[in-house]
Amino acid sequence: MSHFLDRLRFFEKTQETFSNNHGIVTNEDRDWEDVYRNRWRHDKVVRSTHGVNCTGGCSWKIFVKNGLVAFEMQQTDYPETRPDMPNHEPRGCQRGASFSWYLYSPHRIRHPLVRGRLVELYRAEKKSGKDPVEAWEAIQKDEDKRKKYTAVRGLGGFVRTSWDEVSEIIAAANVYTIKKYGPDRIFGFSPIPAMSMISYAAGSRYLSLIGGACGSFYDWYCDLPVSSPQVWGEQTDVPESADWFNSTYIIVCGSSIPTTRTPDAHFYTEVRYKGTKVVAMAPDYAEQVKFADLWMQVKQGTDAAVFMAMGHVAIKEFYLQKRDPYFDDYARKYTDLPMLVMLDKFEDCYIPGRYLRASDFNGNMGEANNPEWKTVVYDELSKSYVAPNGSVGFRWGEEGKWNLLPKNSATQAEIKAELSSIESRDNVVPVAFPHYAEDEDGMLARNVPVRTLKLADGREMHVASVFDLMVAQYGIDRGLGGGNVATSYDDESTPYTPAWQEKVTGVKRADVIRTGREFADNASKTCGKSMVILGAAINHWYHNDMSYRSIMNLLHLCGCVGQSGGGWAHYVGQEKLRPQAGWAPIAFALDWHRPPRHMTSTTFWYFHTGQWRYETIKADELMAPNAKAKYRGHTCADYNVVAQRLGWLPSAPHFNKNPLDIVEEATRTGATDEAGIAEHMVDQLKSGELSFAYEDIDNPSNWVRNLIVWRGNLIGCSSKGHEYFLKHLFGAQNGVMQEGTAGKESKEIKWVEQGPTAKLDLMVDINFRLNSTGAYSDIILPTATWYEKNDINTTDMHPFIHPLSEAVKPGWESKSDWKIFQIIAKRFSELAANHLGTRKDVVALPMQHDSPFALAQPLGEVKDWKRGECEPIPGKTLPLLKVVERDYPNTYHKFIALGPLMKKLGNNIKGVDWNTDDEYEHLKHHNGTISEEGVSKGMPSLTDDIHACDAVMRMAPETCGEVAHKAWKAMGKKTGIDHNHLCDSRRDEIITFKDIVAQPRKIITAPTWSGIESHEVSYNAGYTNIHEHIPFRTLTGRAHFYLDHEWIRDFGESFCVYKPPLDMKSHYNMPAKVTGKPHLVLNWITPHSKWGIHSTYQDNLRMLTLFRGGPYVWISEDDAKSVGLKDNDWVEAVNANGATVARTVVSQRVPRGMAIMYHAQEKNVNVPGSPTTGKRGGVLNSVTRTVIKPTHMIGGYAQLSYAFNYMGPVGSNRDEYVVLHKIDDRDVDWLERPLTPEREAAINPPGVGPR
Amino acid sequence: MKVRAQFALVFNLDKCIGCHTCSVTCKNVWTNRKGMEYAWWNNVESKPGIGFPKQWENQDKWKGGWKVENGKLELRGGGRASKLLNIFANPDMPEIDDYYEPFTYNYAHLQSAKLSEATPTARPLSQITGETMDKITWGPNWEDHLAGEFAARAVDKNFDGIQKQMYAEFMNTFQTYLPRMCNHCLNPACVAACPSGSLYKREEDGIVLVDQDKCRSWRMCVSACPYKKIFYNWESGKAEKCIGCYPRVESGMPTLCSESCVGRIRYNGVMLYDADKIAEYAATPDDKDMYQAQMNIFLDPNDPQVVEAARTGGIPESWIEAAQKSPIWKMVMDWRIALPMHPEFRTLPMVWYVPPLSPVQSQIDQGNLPTGPDGVIPLRETMRTPVRYLANLLTAGDEKPVVDALNKLIAMRSYQRSVHVEGKAETAALEAAGLTEQQAKDMYRLLAIADYADRFVIPTNHGETRMEDPGGFQGQNGFSFGNDSAVGISLLSLYPKRRKDTAEPKTQPETADKPYF
Repeated sequence: MSHFLDRLRFFEKTQETFSNNHGIVTNEDRDWEDVYRNRWRHDKVVRSTHGVNCTGGCSWKIFVKNGLVAFEMQQTDYPETRPDMPNHEPRGCQRGASFSWYLYSPHRIRHPLVRGRLVELYRAEKKSGKDPVEAWEAIQKDEDKRKKYTAVRGLGGFVRTSWDEVSEIIAAANVYTIKKYGPDRIFGFSPIPAMSMISYAAGSRYLSLIGGACGSFYDWYCDLPVSSPQVWGEQTDVPESADWFNSTYIIVCGSSIPTTRTPDAHFYTEVRYKGTKVVAMAPDYAEQVKFADLWMQVKQGTDAAVFMAMGHVAIKEFYLQKRDPYFDDYARKYTDLPMLVMLDKFEDCYIPGRYLRASDFNGNMGEANNPEWKTVVYDELSKSYVAPNGSVGFRWGEEGKWNLLPKNSATQAEIKAELSSIESRDNVVPVAFPHYAEDEDGMLARNVPVRTLKLADGREMHVASVFDLMVAQYGIDRGLGGGNVATSYDDESTPYTPAWQEKVTGVKRADVIRTGREFADNASKTCGKSMVILGAAINHWYHNDMSYRSIMNLLHLCGCVGQSGGGWAHYVGQEKLRPQAGWAPIAFALDWHRPPRHMTSTTFWYFHTGQWRYETIKADELMAPNAKAKYRGHTCADYNVVAQRLGWLPSAPHFNKNPLDIVEEATRTGATDEAGIAEHMVDQLKSGELSFAYEDIDNPSNWVRNLIVWRGNLIGCSSKGHEYFLKHLFGAQNGVMQEGTAGKESKEIKWVEQGPTAKLDLMVDINFRLNSTGAYSDIILPTATWYEKNDINTTDMHPFIHPLSEAVKPGWESKSDWKIFQIIAKRFSELAANHLGTRKDVVALPMQHDSPFALAQPLGEVKDWKRGECEPIPGKTLPLLKVVERDYPNTYHKFIALGPLMKKLGNNIKGVDWNTDDEYEHLKHHNGTISEEGVSKGMPSLTDDIHACDAVMRMAPETCGEVAHKAWKAMGKKTGIDHNHLCDSRRDEIITFKDIVAQPRKIITAPTWSGIESHEVSYNAGYTNIHEHIPFRTLTGRAHFYLDHEWIRDFGESFCVYKPPLDMKSHYNMPAKVTGKPHLVLNWITPHSKWGIHSTYQDNLRMLTLFRGGPYVWISEDDAKSVGLKDNDWVEAVNANGATVARTVVSQRVPRGMAIMYHAQEKNVNVPGSPTTGKRGGVLNSVTRTVIKPTHMIGGYAQLSYAFNYMGPVGSNRDEYVVLHKIDDRDVDWLERPLTPEREAAINPPGVGPR
Repeated sequence: MKVRAQFALVFNLDKCIGCHTCSVTCKNVWTNRKGMEYAWWNNVESKPGIGFPKQWENQDKWKGGWKVENGKLELRGGGRASKLLNIFANPDMPEIDDYYEPFTYNYAHLQSAKLSEATPTARPLSQITGETMDKITWGPNWEDHLAGEFAARAVDKNFDGIQKQMYAEFMNTFQTYLPRMCNHCLNPACVAACPSGSLYKREEDGIVLVDQDKCRSWRMCVSACPYKKIFYNWESGKAEKCIGCYPRVESGMPTLCSESCVGRIRYNGVMLYDADKIAEYAATPDDKDMYQAQMNIFLDPNDPQVVEAARTGGIPESWIEAAQKSPIWKMVMDWRIALPMHPEFRTLPMVWYVPPLSPVQSQIDQGNLPTGPDGVIPLRETMRTPVRYLANLLTAGDEKPVVDALNKLIAMRSYQRSVHVEGKAETAALEAAGLTEQQAKDMYRLLAIADYADRFVIPTNHGETRMEDPGGFQGQNGFSFGNDSAVGISLLSLYPKRRKDTAEPKTQPETADKPYF
């Protein structure tokens, strides 16, 4: 039928008219409409999500048509929330919606790629008759051959090859490295697991089986707020986004909710209609500001001052002028405010010392177990000093008293812990507090009421409650005389008044007074429904812990933490891997070997990329005037080395020798067991025969040799100090504009004049696109996308668990990570048979948090065996030394089965243990067993990704009701309280992978987490601490306002103080061709982007189209005008660390003095050359360098003890400045000429020497 | 009275987070193809700004929409007759640079580059010419989050009558997001302007479409649409536009942009209106009265006379019920918190907007911040976004409806605060804003709780009543060769066109008013 016939009907098409002939009705044929109907039609819809490093955790519908993914849409079928709350639909943002573009774009990695020059060398060696390991060795031993491929890293030149060849090269490199240097020279990096936990586990399982080290991420990203372990002994726990809707007062500070919590932002906009007031604190007119009732325009990096001033108002009005009964009760029971602190003499006054302990009293107050770990309050009822239940001393070595019931431990009589002794004080003494604001005295003394008592050792001691000290520290006048207290809120000269903060932050005092008062008043009326949402913008600073603690203080003062709708809502990188207890054994191969080898990535990169060599920040300058400063003169890096040898932080590599050889040598000299081996090592450490690798980190024997990155983009994304990575780790063309000499001042590390380059023998990237990590890799393996594999996804933003699932088979030659690492493991096992066999490895394990070893070093005193202050004792003053047997040829067989230790040792989480035999047996039926001959025959299969998913879910309390029952039972034994009512109603439930494919499922309440899943309240952090009386995992068992460790006191951070941003000094001494023309000096601010999740999606055509089509730097319109910059001009940002090139976005919404380059914009799309470095204009981190903070390195001391991603230095980067200047369009050089020998030799920028 | 049913939308700007998920899902499904790269049926603009395409709101420049001359409604760009006389000259036509030159990148270079002097980068390529582009200079969302100099963005027509320079200052910054799609107008200028008669407004749901068979690429619709929501497909040579997701809506699903709206700002529902009144009301003399004029066209779905007329006019019962439960009706007519965009264009648009609240202005001393009875939530007069700006956008400059709408939102918040914080219902603010307590509760439910089932009240299309033989269609559905639109000619096919007749007799019982014996 021809449409021509329709046309013939043209003259009769009008059927009727209406509206006075303005409108007509026709009867034309409308079959053409099928065109769009056909576009919408599809063949199947599959549930998956995006395993990107994002807290969204959104469930998506993947539409498949003709066997290809056509497009995606959000699922809307999450189980409902409670009545009178918005539901979780839809979840998913613009970025997720654009993902399908990657699958079939030319950006997709379809085949294994290898650096052309490397494979040429490798094939030549093999051709000469060498086996793969020998071939690899031959290349590594020949400096010229090695340089041939390392020096061209990042410059293109990839060729396509086969899975067989690349897996063989990787396996050969791993075998060679283990044999020659040790398995701890193999390093793996993959971002936060929660979003695709099985894919993470693939790599970490392989590495853990062979003894490689897995790097942490949360701390390295600077998303870990160390304040959280410091204050609560929790890595971080946060309210789910739905709980925002339970709040009636919200301050948003440093978190752009619409940008970075896009799928959850509706709870934030909607709760306003419930009458909730929203206050936005931001230096710029950021996206969350639009929704606020009040914008408090705060100078970046000064947030602590604002919150200290709000705390000042809250304390004065709600604790002193009147006593709010709710706040008062909360403070006594759940915070350390009533705990007593000893006062030490300092010059002509006192300073706060350590907490008073049961061990300070005659007969240890009757506490036989751990009296040094039991803190003391004054009881108003019995008028005596008592050790209340709940401090960490009760957690280990006894049962039933580790709880927050207000009881005297000795008698179990009810107590009322005294907050302040002001009414019945023995004395008033001046106590000095450190201050750091510019133009202020370093120490300010204020009068404090004290009790005076005689200790067991005969000393007479003044003690004060944390509350009384804190009130003084906030500068509030209590009528006790003395100076340095505020006359009024308008007193500008006294720290922490609203007027004082106005000078520091620019926020009007009236705003701060009003907001502080309203926040507290709201909390008082609602029992804690005041909330602070906070995030990266205040956490990515060097002194992030001060900003965070200033907020935590306000929240605890107002009784908000642990209350639904209230508390601390920290949102940056705070992923929640809900079924952690089921996952960890598989991810770290704990079913075969314990312990695994973990490493703090900040330490690792700071040292291995040579950033410590360039350090401009001197630790001494950060100290308080009252510091004991045993380590005066030590560099920041030195503190880290000390922390390793004292057993506080991990190390990788551990020692200056191959750990396999260490054990062999010990055995040769007669050691027969772990203790003997440890003894041998201690002797060697004492004699200096053996030393920690970080003491000689630039020695080739201590280099990291193999690096595998999967699920992430280390180099283009989180590599703070990007150019140092290029220079020292890869030996590649780099933009480092200086030669590092500062490291010479180190007291602990051997200085090597020529900084090492090209440390890595092999770099492997597993990816679906070619980003900067791939660009610098030697091998790129094509991985399945998130619509092509099966995996599990959880987040803390919602309480559900749901899957990634295989909508279509992996495209081209790509494979799931779970399969990729099996391929590598198989080839490794084959090569290991000839080259390694079975060896014994020794793992140096720091004193772990949530273990009895957190009680290793009492009273917060530092004793250094190397200084002769104590003996080196593993697990006490030195890391634990644990021997692990590695049956290398069986690596593959172990990988594919759930190993025997789950039955032999059971399972555990956060210091709670249970038997998991039933789950193990069940998995044999559910997954089937391994039939291949070998060590794993008959064990539950983990061959397929779905097997791994089900094994995780069966062993985790969050997804298996019976396991939850067992775990809570074990917890109840410790606390003496029955908690099983929290999971009883779900004891029968078993959630399987098939279930979550059908619909996301709400998880079961487990002791892994501090909140609960219930029909009564939304998930909120700290809920069980307050409502179940489970102690915080801290020294006192309470939330801490005060920290008494020697290093914390040295650096003046016992109480929260305001500290200004650092001067990194890297924008000084720039070349004249930059500073000789109009330029700006700007603070380098790197918030998370609207058009990407880190670097993912930033190169996606949809996202590029929806803003400016490539990297950009936002600057203030006034700043731009001052140097003649126009919107969309090319600019270069440069400092001593390197240079980056982008186009500028000029906008009125940015305040003067800052450049905003959104996080993880990298150079793979639309970036020309840098005129200053002569290299490709860099990534956002080309102008940053990270600095580490000694107070983050403490260990062996209650909550200040190491756990993976829990404690350790964080990779801060926001204190940095750049020099920014225009590049004329005509001067843009795209640097697309072929490589010449001269260019190949010119690794560094012009003018920078060989170092 | 001629009752018509219209598929209509409300966007709550107060909740819009500007994420563009709507734009992406729309693009993926509908315009992810050659010829339409630059077309964003749904886009989101940052205001103040000139938008996409550039300055689309400025009808002095583009001459879109209708005007009233001598009491008569005429296309501003000239009627069909005058257009036909000048059919090859169309000066009111946006050029590609008014949108942007669509680009992609040389991604393959990243993997295939030979050893180079620097790390390979994927340079931009024009999607039109395939050539490398030195610099990208514009895009569909170039002004996102107030990007670009104030002077450039302040060309925004909504600044008319406002002393705008003070808003250039950092501390006076204000912003709102404006998501836009085809308004599926009651009085569409595009339909009127088409010389080929290829545009039509569907009788059953009011969705406006371009018949891809009939379009002859005159592009008069592109000029005539004052919202610039018709795009010329340079590959097919046809005009294309937002189709209101009819393949979904017909099945009772929301539009893609609405369902994927993660800010949950979009509402879909049915409105009844009197089609006979269009010419009269669209010709209301004063622009400022256009908002009220359009309200007058809507018919109360609970009025028995309207219901009767609707039935008589052939509107299915489920559509009448949907109109009665319509979230659109509640916001537009009952609470009057949703307003049309640029009613002065006189096309009677059917996407309506709840205006946004904003933070308080910086110059107010916060210590004495004027607040409502709750003492906490600031009053509307203190807010940063100038009411006049919103009025220029939504009510042809008339500030009162905007003020009333904002006051209602604030009163609802204040009332709810008293309930949730003080534990007692304080209704003073509601009374002042002209809301009952029940209305405030209903508003809260629709705006805050915003259940899927409340946001989207969409009946299926009752195709069975319009088809001669739905049983025949059921079997034939989907059997066709492709290419059934591009050239206007379908080839001979083994498969018949939709089967008109099944074998079974289809005689139905007679109606009762006829003799049955």
